[in-house]
Amino acid sequence: MRYLPKSEAERGQMLAACGLASAEDLFAHLPPATRLRRPLALDPGKSEYEVVDYFRARAAENLTGCPCFLGAGAYFHYRPVLVDTVVSRGEFLTSYTPYQAEISQGTLTAIFEFQTMLCQLTGMDAANASMYDGSTAVPEAAMMAARITGRRGVVAARTLHPEYRAVLETYARNRVLAVQVCGYCPGSGRLDLEDLERKVTDGTAAVIVQSPNFFGIIEDLRAAADLAHRQGALLVWVFTEAVALGLLAPPADADIVAGELQSFAIAPSFGGPYAGVLAAKERYMRQLPGRLVGETKDARGHRAYCLTLAAREQHIRREKATSNICTNQALVALMATVFMTVYGKQGLRELAEQNLAKAHYLAEKLPLRFTGPFFNEFVAEARNRPPEALNAALLARKLIGGLPLGRFYPELAGSMLLCATETSPREAMDAVAEEFSRE
Amino acid sequence: MSERIRKARTHVSQNEPLLFELSSPGKKAYQLPPLDVPAVDPAAALGPRNIRAGIEGFPEVSEVEGMRHFSRLASWNYAIDLGMYPLGSCTMKYNPRINEKVAALEGLTLAHPYLPEALAQGALEILARLEAALAEITGTDAVTLQPAAGAHGELTGILLVRAYLEARGDPRKKILIPDSAHGTNPATAAMAGYTVENLRSNERGMLDVENLARVVNEEVAALMLTNPNTLGVFEENICRIADILHARGALLYLDGANTNALLGVTRPGDTGVDVMHLNLHKTFSTPHGGGGPGSGPVAVKQHLEPFLPVPRLKHTDTGWAFDYDRPQSIGRVRAFYGNFGVLVRALAYILACGSEGLRQATLDAVLNANYLRQGLMPYYEMPHQAPSMHECVFSDARQTARGVHTMDIAKRLLDYGFHPYTVSFPLIVPGAMMIEPTESESKHELDLFIDALISIAREAEEDPERVLKAPHATRTARVDEVTAARKPVLRWRPASP
Amino acid sequence: MSTYPANYWYTREHEWVRVEGEIGTVGITFHAQKELGDIVYVEMVKVGSQAEMGKRIGEVESVKAVSDIFSPVSGEVLEVNAALTDAPEILNQDPHGAGWLARIRMSAPEELGRLMSAADYEAYLGEET
Repeated sequence: MRYLPKSEAERGQMLAACGLASAEDLFAHLPPATRLRRPLALDPGKSEYEVVDYFRARAAENLTGCPCFLGAGAYFHYRPVLVDTVVSRGEFLTSYTPYQAEISQGTLTAIFEFQTMLCQLTGMDAANASMYDGSTAVPEAAMMAARITGRRGVVAARTLHPEYRAVLETYARNRVLAVQVCGYCPGSGRLDLEDLERKVTDGTAAVIVQSPNFFGIIEDLRAAADLAHRQGALLVWVFTEAVALGLLAPPADADIVAGELQSFAIAPSFGGPYAGVLAAKERYMRQLPGRLVGETKDARGHRAYCLTLAAREQHIRREKATSNICTNQALVALMATVFMTVYGKQGLRELAEQNLAKAHYLAEKLPLRFTGPFFNEFVAEARNRPPEALNAALLARKLIGGLPLGRFYPELAGSMLLCATETSPREAMDAVAEEFSRE
Repeated sequence: MSERIRKARTHVSQNEPLLFELSSPGKKAYQLPPLDVPAVDPAAALGPRNIRAGIEGFPEVSEVEGMRHFSRLASWNYAIDLGMYPLGSCTMKYNPRINEKVAALEGLTLAHPYLPEALAQGALEILARLEAALAEITGTDAVTLQPAAGAHGELTGILLVRAYLEARGDPRKKILIPDSAHGTNPATAAMAGYTVENLRSNERGMLDVENLARVVNEEVAALMLTNPNTLGVFEENICRIADILHARGALLYLDGANTNALLGVTRPGDTGVDVMHLNLHKTFSTPHGGGGPGSGPVAVKQHLEPFLPVPRLKHTDTGWAFDYDRPQSIGRVRAFYGNFGVLVRALAYILACGSEGLRQATLDAVLNANYLRQGLMPYYEMPHQAPSMHECVFSDARQTARGVHTMDIAKRLLDYGFHPYTVSFPLIVPGAMMIEPTESESKHELDLFIDALISIAREAEEDPERVLKAPHATRTARVDEVTAARKPVLRWRPASP
Repeated sequence: MSTYPANYWYTREHEWVRVEGEIGTVGITFHAQKELGDIVYVEMVKVGSQAEMGKRIGEVESVKAVSDIFSPVSGEVLEVNAALTDAPEILNQDPHGAGWLARIRMSAPEELGRLMSAADYEAYLGEET
């Protein structure tokens, strides 16, 4: 087998060196009851060409390569060529976690730059080296707030991505956190601040608000932060569309930020792998779970980087760890780092402005469900036929429509969530508008 | 001494500042196509208060500088492509490039997770095929591919245990964990709301079964076992361990990190394991990428199947579909369906290896570890004499007499051109040196490794300072981790005026 | 080799207490700081909290380990050593003196009877190794 670098002769020499007659002798000490007595029921090994054929066939069975107006937590953006060039280098692709700092300065330096750029984007003082994704960053942020405040209550916006809320609920059940959901105003599509005020108490550890929210609408985070802080709770700001940060002011009053970086050159890839952000104000730095890279010097006095504050982590604190997390999404975070490098200060702004323009061009032609200000996603009402029928008509024109909302919000069953980005062609948007207005 | 170092030589490498230090206003590496729709005034659309002034300190560099920057950084890294990583329980095997090629197919990378199922049959078929393959490999009945990493899979697995016991009316209170376990195990148990009781290993390095029988009662939800354990030793009593637990209504969880020792030889599901996780970035060759992404599927026996995370895959007459009607499910452990890009790579590996290739990988992995053990035993202390599977653990006991510890030996290995083994783990072996070569290493590379460690053992005797002050030849000398922790600097800031 | 001050009392968890009137000054022993390695961070409970003998009053963190600190005596925490915030290394350099952790107004001085003398502690260390 081509991945195994030994000849039969070499195996023989090595067995002899160990005083063994055959490979079977290596397993002689296993109790017979534990042994598998037949080959695994898998196909014989395939050649490279057969492997490619298999996956090419699978790839052809997915509809891709046509304009798609889906967003809802995974976004279509251009991926600069430099991204794949960098991450496919063996020294990045096939290297291990940088525990041995002396021979991992490439990875460590890139992560330090990543941490820095995330702080610059989010207005926080410390960011970790990434979480699995946005959806798992949210419960980690909630647990962090619980540790900091010593409280158990969490109030989460109903306009938080429904699958993120579902993950929060799974984690909370077992950490004995009590999650309440705060409703939204049916007119604006924004968080219902009166409902929030009723629900936040002196038992609340965290108020969790996504902005732009699941409907694409920008929340009043200052008001939400006020309500939280008045009761001694922390504000956790969540984002799923990182491109928005090129334009939107990060909330100065957020305590913890949990977000998703998929928009930064991480392909939608049927849902993963992505990279989550977890960042916080200086005073909460030691409560951040996950890996952290810090700056220091080496024995010759040169600047160097290393993993730090590891004593919070599972491999040392074990059951008292801040979290059980071991991996960070290093390679995926590196894609985001290269993306941020390519676009830079001006580029992120221009990219965000293009997204704004595209989405507003389309939205102007459609009946909007909510009045609140939005970035590149919005909810439109399918007034003439159900959203599923609308999508079928779009499919016939080789377009993929938005997400019918009935599956997550029964009260919005007649609406769909659409996203337009810098990749959305004008003709495609015109076609969508046509189908919406057609009986 | 330097003529003993055969695998490496020093070499001029490029310096490179941080992006922020290269940055200069107006430099750019991007160009967007012109807008084909009218521009929109951000302040008018979003409200002036919501618009940021700019991104303070964010870099501006050209494409050339960007390319050089990351290329230079890359040149400072060691990687599997360059040589062996003998890290215990990490299974740093070759990352086949065919995996990368197929994972990059646009029909896979551009598939949106909310594509209607009829338009995503290729993706769903891949998930189904991988689930089936992993169930066959582990001897279990159902697999979830949702967890994003090993620790995530562990949490999912323990939540399944809890849900199963709760459905029987009693979630119980504690989880038993061997003292040799990886730190994620107790951290996971705590996250799932259980208290942890540590169990000692016996003098052969295996779980003390008599002690287990005494300790298991109706308060115990499960035992989290690693097999082979972190000493590289097969838990010979695993069937009996499972029986003891099951007799008291408790479950057996297997940490599958060491599955590379088992492929085609034994299957955890056949030895009484109820639930286990796998690390695709270990056993199944997906690349470590400098620390992630990984994937931690969880495999279960039938009695735990109803509790698996939602959605599950089901086959209908129109093809594959997601089944959300799962009233007993523990819920979601993440958005969407799993680290799909990693799953593709793992399936590509399984297809390329086939049943025989997987089995041969295990045979070679175990042979390699035993070959190293044989070569190193005269020079390093081996605290446990039980047969080694895919990894072996030595201690620095003979070298500490000269003041040389496992971390020093590890750092000296860097000068010899190797990444070190796992230092100071498992905790039950003081001064541990945990070595796992994997099947990807040739006899040539293994001989160089043995040579290097023998040479270092000699240096510890004759010239300990050389070892204590290592590394000498690396671009970066020993890094001051103490100052990094005392005065954490986690981001770059511009120099104050 | 370090000498353990004869007028201190010691716990099996490697803490010490020095008694002056009703005030007990507590810290960790030379042995403890040596086991932990270079100390990077110290966190103690708030001034004004009630310490309880054998219960956690803080934690000490090194690069490779974190250790809970258990109070040798019960009583109100009057003061914690602020110098350790910026210079945790003092704990390594002078664990029995400048590296003190907290001052407690002892509520139950009879508790001292359950602690070890310097001689007993040194014997205990001999057994442990």
